[in-house]
Amino acid sequence: MSGNGYRFIGRPWAKVDGPAKTTGETHFADDLILPRMLYGKLLRSHLPHARLKRLDVSRARALPGVHAVIVGTDLPVRFGIMPSSQDEEALCLEKVRYVGDPIAAVAAADEETAERACEAIEVEYEPLPAVMTIEDAVGETEVRVQEYGDGPVPNVHKNVSLEFGDLAGGFAEADHIREDVFFFQGNTHLPMEQHSAVGQVEANGRLTLWTSSQTPHYVHRALAKVLDLPMARIRVIATPVGGGFGGKSDPFSHEICAAKLAMLAGRPVKITLTREEVFYAHRGRHPVLMWIRTGVRRDGRITACHFKTFLDGGAYGSYGIASTYYTGALQTVTYTIPAYKFEGTRLWTNKPPCGPKRGHGTPQPRFGIEIQMDKLAADLGLDPAAIRLVNATVPFTRTVNHLRITSNGLRECIDRVVTASGFREKHGHLPDGRGVGLAISTYLSGAGLPIYWNDMPHSEVQIRVDRGGGVIVSCGAIDIGQGSDSVLSGIVAEVLGLDPHEISLVTADTDLTPIDLGSYSSRVTFMAGNAAVEAAQKMRDLLLAAVSEHLEIEPDDLAVGDHRIHHRAASDRGVSFPEAAALAEAMFGTLTTVGSYRPPKLAGPFKGSGVGPSPAYSFSAAVVGVRVDRGTGDVRVDQVWIAHDIGRAINETLVIGQIEGSVYMALGEALMEEQIFRKGLHKIPSMLEYKSPTFLEMPPVETILVNTDDPEGPFGAKEAGQGPLLPVIPALANAVYDAVGVRIDEIPISPDKVLAALEQKRQGGEGRVGPRGVPRFTFRDPIKVAPPAGWETPWRAGAPIAGGEKGLPLTLHTGTDRTDARPRTREPRATAEDI
Amino acid sequence: MKTTLGLRVNGEDHDLIVPVHKTLLEVLREDLGLTGTKHGCELGECGTCTVLVDGTPVLSCLALPVELQGHQITTVEGLAGGGHLHPLQVAFTELGAAQCGYCTPGILLAAKALLDRTPTPTRQEVAESLAGNLCRCTGYLKILEAVELAAARMRGGRGEGDGR
Repeated sequence: MSGNGYRFIGRPWAKVDGPAKTTGETHFADDLILPRMLYGKLLRSHLPHARLKRLDVSRARALPGVHAVIVGTDLPVRFGIMPSSQDEEALCLEKVRYVGDPIAAVAAADEETAERACEAIEVEYEPLPAVMTIEDAVGETEVRVQEYGDGPVPNVHKNVSLEFGDLAGGFAEADHIREDVFFFQGNTHLPMEQHSAVGQVEANGRLTLWTSSQTPHYVHRALAKVLDLPMARIRVIATPVGGGFGGKSDPFSHEICAAKLAMLAGRPVKITLTREEVFYAHRGRHPVLMWIRTGVRRDGRITACHFKTFLDGGAYGSYGIASTYYTGALQTVTYTIPAYKFEGTRLWTNKPPCGPKRGHGTPQPRFGIEIQMDKLAADLGLDPAAIRLVNATVPFTRTVNHLRITSNGLRECIDRVVTASGFREKHGHLPDGRGVGLAISTYLSGAGLPIYWNDMPHSEVQIRVDRGGGVIVSCGAIDIGQGSDSVLSGIVAEVLGLDPHEISLVTADTDLTPIDLGSYSSRVTFMAGNAAVEAAQKMRDLLLAAVSEHLEIEPDDLAVGDHRIHHRAASDRGVSFPEAAALAEAMFGTLTTVGSYRPPKLAGPFKGSGVGPSPAYSFSAAVVGVRVDRGTGDVRVDQVWIAHDIGRAINETLVIGQIEGSVYMALGEALMEEQIFRKGLHKIPSMLEYKSPTFLEMPPVETILVNTDDPEGPFGAKEAGQGPLLPVIPALANAVYDAVGVRIDEIPISPDKVLAALEQKRQGGEGRVGPRGVPRFTFRDPIKVAPPAGWETPWRAGAPIAGGEKGLPLTLHTGTDRTDARPRTREPRATAEDI
Repeated sequence: MKTTLGLRVNGEDHDLIVPVHKTLLEVLREDLGLTGTKHGCELGECGTCTVLVDGTPVLSCLALPVELQGHQITTVEGLAGGGHLHPLQVAFTELGAAQCGYCTPGILLAAKALLDRTPTPTRQEVAESLAGNLCRCTGYLKILEAVELAAARMRGGRGEGDGR
C-alpha cells in the first residue's frame, strides 16, 4: 500500500483508544459509580405467555433500603425502534409475551436489596397457550401473541410480496430449475459486556442517561416519548460499548426504567443486566425458514429466482419489518437476476424479540442461495467459481429491484480468493473427509434511509482548532469496538497533516456532539467519515488561507505536510501547525468547521423500496477448508481465505480486525451457536452452555483486501464490519459437502446432523439434513415492479467517477492528495445531493 | 455478616470492612474503585474478570477476598509500571488485539501469567492458556499475534509489527 500518497489512509496503524482499553482506563457503563447512586433491578416474567391478573408491590415498597418501585402503569406509553411497530412497554401492562418480559422495576440502596424487593413483588398470572415456532405461528387460529398484524392469520407481523421483471417468462427460458428449502437457526450476539444504563436527574429536572448503546439518538427519542419530556431536557451519553453486534441498537426497558426510577428517587440509578437477562434482551438473528426456486441456462446464467422467507420474530417488532425486507433485498446485488420475486413473512412467537445481528436479515438468505448455487453448479457440471462468475454483477449498474451499485470488486474477490486458496485444485480432489467450499456476498455501507422519516443529515461532525494547535472533533458516532473513534481521528489527521493519536474526540453525547444515527448497518465509516472529510477540508482551507496571507504564498502553492503547512516546492518556507492555527484564529476568530452527510435518494418507486438501498456495497468471497470426522461427525475448520472489497481501508489494522472478527462470528453460527427453547424456556441462557468458539477453535485466516476506491466513500472507503461474515457460513456448508458428500441445509452444522446425514447416505438415502418444506401460507398479492430502464448496462463503464444520474465531481470526497490541497469556496458546503 | 480484612492489590495495602460473601470482583470494583476488572457472567464461565493471585490467573467472580489475605493480587491497573506500559499492553494496542476492549484486561493478565512462566510459548500453548477467556470481537488471531510479539520483545528481541 505504500506510495498511495497518504500518511495514514490505507495503512495499518494502532487504534486511538488502544492505550485506554489495555490499561483499564476505559469506563464502560457499569464502571460508572455516582455519589448516592442506587441499584435497579427488573422483575421478569417466568411464563412465556400470560395475562397479568394481579400485581402487588406493597411488600417490596415497604422493605428498608427500597427507594422506588414502578410497574407498567407508571410508563404506559408504548415505544419501539421502528415507527410502525411501537409495540413495546417498558414494563408489561396487561400481558407478558416471553420468559423474561419485564413486569416491574425497583431501585434500592444495593443490588441485594433490589433483588429481595423483586422477590417480594406478588404477581398472579393467567397462563395462555404459547406460540413457539414458525409452524405454530402459521397454523394457530385463536391464540394471538400480539394485538396487531398483517394477516392472513393472527400471528403474522409482516407479510410482503414484491415481483420484479417477468418471472414466468424467466422460468420458461430456463434449461434447468431447482427448488430447495433451508433453515437458519436463530442465535444471539453474546457481547462480553452486559447491557447497563445509569440515569440521573439534576435539580433543575434535566435527565441524563449513560448507556451501553449503539444508537444513543434513538434512545433519546424513545425516552422523550415514554417519559413525556422534551428531547431538549434529556441528555443521552453512549458509553464505550463492550461489544454490540446489533444487540444494543434498540431502546430497552432497562434504559427507560433507570431514567424513571432516577426521576422518582431523586438519585442516580444504575441497572446492569445479568448475563441471563442479556439472553432475554436478545434482538438477535431471526430463525428463518426459506424456499428458493431458481432457473438457469446450461451455462449457469440465472433466468429467474423466486425466494420465500419465514422469519420467527419473537414477541415484539424491534427492527423486524426491516429484517423481513432484508431477507429478500440483496440477492440481486451479487447475482444478475433478470426476474425476481420475493415473498416474506415475519411471525409472532412467545420468545425474546429478534432483531439485527451482524448482517441483519441477510446471512440467512445468503446461506440458502449460496448452497443452492453450489447445487446448481453440480447439476450443470460447472465449477462453483464459474457459476458465480457468470452471474456476478458488475460496477455502475442497477439491479432488477432498483438498487444502485457503484464500485464493485466482486469478480476480483472471487478470482483472488480462488487463487489464494487453491480452490480449483482442491475442490473435489482432496482425500475423503477433507473439503473446501466457496461462497460470495455483499453488504450495505449504511442504510440509505434513516429509521424514522426525515430529511436531515445522517451524520454530522464539528471540528474546533484552538490556538495551541489542539484539534477537537465532535461527532455523535459511538465506538462499539469497530473503531469509529479511529476512523474519525484518522480522517481528520490525514487532512490536517497530524497524527490520529493527537486528535481529541468528543463522541456520542447528545448535549455535546452533533448527530450521528448510530453504529448500525455498517454506516459509520461511510457517513461519519464523509462528514469528517468535509469538516476537515473546510478547516484545512481556513488554515491555508491564513498561512497564505502570512507567507505571501498563493494557497495553490501551499501543501499540508507532517505537522506543517509549507510551500509545495520549498518545504523550508512554512509554519508549524500550531502557528498556522494561531494565524487562522487571528484572521477568522474561533476556528470551527462542520461537515454533514446525507445519502443520495436511492429508493425505488414502490412500497418496501426503502430497505436495501445504500450509497455503496461491499463485496466478499470466502473459501473455507474443513476436516470432517466420519466417526464423530465433528467438523474442524483448517483455514479460511477471504477477499473483501473494502473500497479503500481508512485503517488496515481495523479492517483486518473486522474481517477476522466476522469470520469468527460466522464460524460460531455455522457450527455451534443457537438460541433455542424448550417448553417456553430458553434452554441455554448462559455463556457456558451457549457454545461459542474459543481460542482453540479459531483457524488461521488469510485476508485479501480488494481496493475499488468507491467514488462516494470517504477516501474511497466502504464497510468492513458485517459483509465478511456472510459468505463464511455457506462456504463452510459447501465444504462439508465436498468433504463427505452430505448436505446439511440448516445451521448449526452440529455433529449429530452430520452423523445423521452420513447414516442416511449409507442406507441409500440422499444424505441430507434440513427442512423438508415450508408451511402452507398465503402471501399478499405481489406488488409488480418493472426493472429500472437500462438496468443491466453500466452507465459509466470503467470510469472512476461517482454514480447517480447526475454524477458527482471527482474531488468531492477524495482526501489530501496534492492536487486536492487547495482552498475551496468558504460557503457552507451543500450535501452531495445538492451538488 | 461483615468482616475486616487486609488485601494487597497492585502492591498497595488496603484495610476493608466488607460482607463475607462479597466476591473479589465486587470488592475490587466497588470498594477499591478498580473498575478495570470487568465481568461477563459472574458465574466463572467467560474469563473476563481474570486477575492474578501470586501470579496465577484467578476468576475474581468466584474468589472470596477473605481467603486472599496475605496474597499478592494484580489487576490490569497494576500491569503498567514506572510510567511504562507492559509490553503486552503495547503489543495489544499496536496490533488491534483490543477491539471493544471489554475482555482485554482479563486476557492481558492471563497472558502475563503465561509469559512469566513460559517466555517462549508456542502458538498452541498461548491458545491453550487463553482458551478460558472469551472474546467476541477479534476472532482471537490478533491476540495470539500480540502475545507472541510481546513475548519476543520481553525476551529482548525486536519482534515484528508496526511500531506506530
